[in-house]
Amino acid sequence: MNTSITLLVVVVLTVIGFYMGRRQALGAADGLPARLHSLPSYYGYYVAIWCGLPTLALLAAWLVLQPIIIDGLVIGSLPVAQQNLPADRLGLLLNDIRNIAHGEAASETSTVVVAAANRYNELTNLGNWMLAACALALAAAGLVMARNRIAPGLRARNLVERVLMGVLILASLLAILTTIGIVASLLLESIRFFDKIPFWEFLFGTKWSPQTALRADQVGQSGSFGAIPIFAGTALITLIAMTVAVPVGLFSAIYLSEYAKPSVRSTVKPIMEILAGIPTVVYGFFAALTVAPVIRNAGEAIGLSVASESALAAGVVMGVMIIPFVSSLSDDVISAVPQSLREGAYGLGATKAETVRNVIVPAALPGIVGAVLLAVSRAIGETMIVVMAAGLAANLTANPFEAVTTVTVQIVTLLVGDQEFDSAKTLAAFALGLVLFVFTLCLNVIALRIVRKYRERYE
Amino acid sequence: MNNGTAPIAAADRQPSAIAETVKSGLRRRHASELRLKIYGLMAIGFALVALFILLLSVISKGYSAFQQTHINLEVYFDAAKIDPDGTRKIDDLRRGDYEGVARTAIRSAFPHAKGRRDRRALGKMLSTGAADKLRRMVLSNPKIIGTRQHVWLLASDEIDMLRKGYAKRNPDGSATKVSRKQVAWFDALAKKGAVERQFNWRFLTGGDSREPEQAGIWGAVVGSGLTMLVTLLLAFPVGVMAAIYLEEFAPKNVMHHVLPLSMPGILTGTIIGMAQALGETAPLLMVGMVAFIVDVPSGITDAATVLPVQVYIWADSPERAFEEKTAAAIMVLLAFLILMNAIAIVLRKKFERRW
Repeated sequence: MNTSITLLVVVVLTVIGFYMGRRQALGAADGLPARLHSLPSYYGYYVAIWCGLPTLALLAAWLVLQPIIIDGLVIGSLPVAQQNLPADRLGLLLNDIRNIAHGEAASETSTVVVAAANRYNELTNLGNWMLAACALALAAAGLVMARNRIAPGLRARNLVERVLMGVLILASLLAILTTIGIVASLLLESIRFFDKIPFWEFLFGTKWSPQTALRADQVGQSGSFGAIPIFAGTALITLIAMTVAVPVGLFSAIYLSEYAKPSVRSTVKPIMEILAGIPTVVYGFFAALTVAPVIRNAGEAIGLSVASESALAAGVVMGVMIIPFVSSLSDDVISAVPQSLREGAYGLGATKAETVRNVIVPAALPGIVGAVLLAVSRAIGETMIVVMAAGLAANLTANPFEAVTTVTVQIVTLLVGDQEFDSAKTLAAFALGLVLFVFTLCLNVIALRIVRKYRERYE
Repeated sequence: MNNGTAPIAAADRQPSAIAETVKSGLRRRHASELRLKIYGLMAIGFALVALFILLLSVISKGYSAFQQTHINLEVYFDAAKIDPDGTRKIDDLRRGDYEGVARTAIRSAFPHAKGRRDRRALGKMLSTGAADKLRRMVLSNPKIIGTRQHVWLLASDEIDMLRKGYAKRNPDGSATKVSRKQVAWFDALAKKGAVERQFNWRFLTGGDSREPEQAGIWGAVVGSGLTMLVTLLLAFPVGVMAAIYLEEFAPKNVMHHVLPLSMPGILTGTIIGMAQALGETAPLLMVGMVAFIVDVPSGITDAATVLPVQVYIWADSPERAFEEKTAAAIMVLLAFLILMNAIAIVLRKKFERRW
């Protein structure tokens, strides 16, 4: 029996359970809902939960375990010669068996493999039938048991709400566990990388060429994992982006919150926020195909040699992308400066500009610094613009007209390659990812702390 | 105001002198006021101009991709090429040599081109898609075999670039990627009125292709739609449930009051979140969703590509013709984003409550 049919039957049973439970409860109360502890529908939910929840859990566990058990049984039934193959060869063989079982092309079609594939199909079939039988039995048992328990005094609502609470907690945990999983995988793979490459060599080495040998007997392909050029490239592009985004964002925030009429403010602000909504791949296209050629041509016109993947192009476009980020965060902190401070300054005869310079900006400074730090962490983590518009070769330079590479570009290129997953080249991506993660995390924590500290002062 | 000793100093002076000092100071202070205002306006102007240039560059590069160059030729549906065995069965008709038919059509338009190289060059002016069109015509109406028809056939991407003016014409008569003779033939055809830009339905309804003139965006649109569906099914329940757990404690309240009242807000947030997910590219590159996929996916387990990845793939392609396709794909992507955000705004306006 097909698993999806089993699932469908279970769902139908659950729905039936709901109506049965509600009717049973009303019947037990002689049709008078007031005599029940909870509303009738809670009894329905109660039966439905007992019918559906354990069965769904069983289904999930079964679907995870069944392939593992079947693989074990199929391998166990193979001739001894095949059973003793090394793990990776055995994996390939198993793949072939599965492909034949599913009626797809396989690289090996010997009688042993075909026989194993038949066994695989038999076992899968058997497993599916067993699953269907167990699931239906469990659902029916839950249904009957819950139905028998229904009595006017049953505290159905409390029980249902407890289960709901459990589901809600599970949902919250899922989000947290995902984060933990990401960090854990970063850490574990990075540790494996640092087994091969010393930590200090990675962090402070000045030569980056991650081409490792595909075979042990290749020459001159040992790879070199000094990440300083990459960090420097990231810093250069981030610096350029900030040079564009911070003044533009800050001045537009000051203008919008201190000078602009409400009507101007309410039109300009959403338009500027469009910049934040444009997908980064579009900025990448813009940087690579519009801005970079313009910068190169302009540079050549005044006799400079500009790389077509110059740091300047990627940085400027990234800065444009971050403008709304800086401006709306600064706008928030500037608006949070109490009106009384402004009025005090005006009362002393200060002009608006003097108020901004001497009162508002100093008062909002921690918030502005926080906003800038958050913007920096975004610039560092930005990927598509630099993948499309920045270079690939690690280049230790401070010249914005040359091509540099960034951490995110390297992570993409290292992972997109077709090397095996435990080579130093691939693992280096995780080490870079860890550095990126730790750095942006620190930036965010510091920035948020500064912002919060500032807020406390006026509220 | 910024100097505590000023009143004492001012008392020593004549009133007119004080007024003079204040006046000269005022001019300076107003100038600096104006400066700050101008800086602010310049900053806003910079941001708006950047947005304008961005959109302008995308639209000016991309609008031409919605049209594709076609060449009108007299096609002889040669039975010897289409159905050499004369069976007229659908399977045999499908296997016919339609590329040969298309090549013959363009060669017979220029009977003077004799040499092998010239004849090859002539054939290269048509897209391989031209043969597909002829095949469809024959399959839908086998009676046209043996007749002569005037048919608009898809031109190759180089000819398309020449027609749209992207291929630079050189002084020697040739153009980028187009030989001198091909340019001459093209001009002759154009003079006869046999070259036309027609609306590019294939771009809106087809899947990706190695040939820019045949590449379409529909596969990526469907892929994006399916990906959004899965994202929604995963993120919506988990997100809403986690939020309920973190903010509310009585499930009864939640079901009867909180959820119904906050649903518009949740929907708006979901649509905006989805719009973000729609533009997400980098994680998909990592999981290897950068594949060349021709077929439009028909389910969530099919190989698929999504709009931003399609943009990335095309942006990386060397052919000049893919540049306009990239920009056009961006236009489609932005259209979807605008649509989603517009829906979110309408929802918010419609259900907005003030307590």
